[in-house]
Amino acid sequence: MDVGMIFKIAGIGIVVAVLNQVLKKTEREEMATMVTLTGIVVVLMMVIEMIGRLFESVRTIFQLY
Amino acid sequence: MEIIQIVSIGLIASILAVILKDERPEFSMIIGLLAGIIIFLLMISKIQAVLEVFQTLSSKMNIDILYLTTIFKIIGIAYLTEFGAQVCRDAGEGSIASKIEFGGKILIMILAIPILMALLDLIIKIIP
Repeated sequence: MDVGMIFKIAGIGIVVAVLNQVLKKTEREEMATMVTLTGIVVVLMMVIEMIGRLFESVRTIFQLY
Repeated sequence: MEIIQIVSIGLIASILAVILKDERPEFSMIIGLLAGIIIFLLMISKIQAVLEVFQTLSSKMNIDILYLTTIFKIIGIAYLTEFGAQVCRDAGEGSIASKIEFGGKILIMILAIPILMALLDLIIKIIP
């Protein structure tokens, strides 16, 4: 279930890269930048939850408070 | 066989990261970060078991629990520091990685000071 996250993020990355190239070819640089930015924000929102889980579990296991 | 799972996760993550490296380096960095997190979360129950064994051993040998928890804390800080520093270094930010390591070293030193003071007290007691 967790491994699906890697595939999701790779998929988002590939889609963003393709959209970026298409938008650049059609001379819409600002839209390309926006697509990139949105992709990064979406991926970061997904990753930040996992990072929180990592920190939480390290804290409980090693008794860091 | 969990090692097969871990190796496959690592291989798949590296393939995906290499695919994205030219076009979108930021996504490839995040994939590396996520692979590390997932492998650690897979291993967390085993680490728990090992630490419990250490705790029972130390209670049998009458070692002060303070020393053991300090060691656990130091291991945790060292793991997190290394994790963050490696992610930063993979993203090409070696200087930020060094600063993270610096912070980790200072925090570990602060945790180790009580043990150091106990050792010094012992030495002073032994030397007349």
